[in-house]
Amino acid sequence: MKARVYVMLKTGVLDPQGEAVRHALGSLGFDGVQGVRQGKVIELDLADGTSEDEIGKMCDKLLANTVIESYRIEVL
Amino acid sequence: MRAAVVVFPGSNCDRDMAVALRAAGADVTMVWHKDASLPDAVDLVAIPGGFSFGDYLRCGAIAAQSPICRAVVAHAHRGGYVLGVCNGFQVLTETQLLPGALMRNSGLKFICKAVDLTVETADSAFTAGYQTGQGIRLPVAHHDGNYTVDPAILAQMQGEDRIAFRYASPLNGSVADIAGVLSENRRVLGMMPHPERAVDAGHGGTDGQALFRELVGQVVQA
Repeated sequence: MKARVYVMLKTGVLDPQGEAVRHALGSLGFDGVQGVRQGKVIELDLADGTSEDEIGKMCDKLLANTVIESYRIEVL
Repeated sequence: MRAAVVVFPGSNCDRDMAVALRAAGADVTMVWHKDASLPDAVDLVAIPGGFSFGDYLRCGAIAAQSPICRAVVAHAHRGGYVLGVCNGFQVLTETQLLPGALMRNSGLKFICKAVDLTVETADSAFTAGYQTGQGIRLPVAHHDGNYTVDPAILAQMQGEDRIAFRYASPLNGSVADIAGVLSENRRVLGMMPHPERAVDAGHGGTDGQALFRELVGQVVQA
């Protein structure tokens, strides 16, 4: 089985990289981009039957820093 | 005083750290990240700067899960001293021995220069060689030094006098210009500036000497 983990900075945590991307889009002439948030996508190739709970533990322990990041798990 | 300097793949300030500690009189052993235990009777563990594991995933994240870091966390929980500089500070936040996190610098640039700092508290073995409020100058070299922490925890740390160093002027977006913080028992210090790069006149400054001298001196007495 496969799962995808989306890791994003929490709402309210300033994302300097996203901000830089937003500026770059503006300078390329893409008007109206009001905000950009940059995150990570992590694809996991897992043994069949791995529970979402187990994937959550992987996120809490390593894949995300829950001080500043939130995550969302998508089992494919 | 017996000190251990942890070496990860990608550490690059480990030998400078050992030189600074030895110059201050410490007996230093280098320990490899795969070691599961620290040498016997170690008083201080120093986690040096660098780019452990290539900064993959997040700075310090993989290092924080290494076998030696489990031993470092146990050492800190026993009341042992831990100094984390630069990438070492990032590792300490990732192990949750220190609160908060270090994010990409707000200006997005890698900053490599000597900066003016204010010593915010002389009340720790690390900072007792300075006066509270004293201005010192140390080099910084980092891309991810933008310290962030939950406002409630920040208020608690300020109330407990646990901010060790601040940048004299805004540098990297850090909340309250924080450059270094102490643990609750004041025995774990994480800081982005490099005291070990300012211990010899040849470095261009010696403001880091007092940190190592006092730390080694105080811990020997303890």
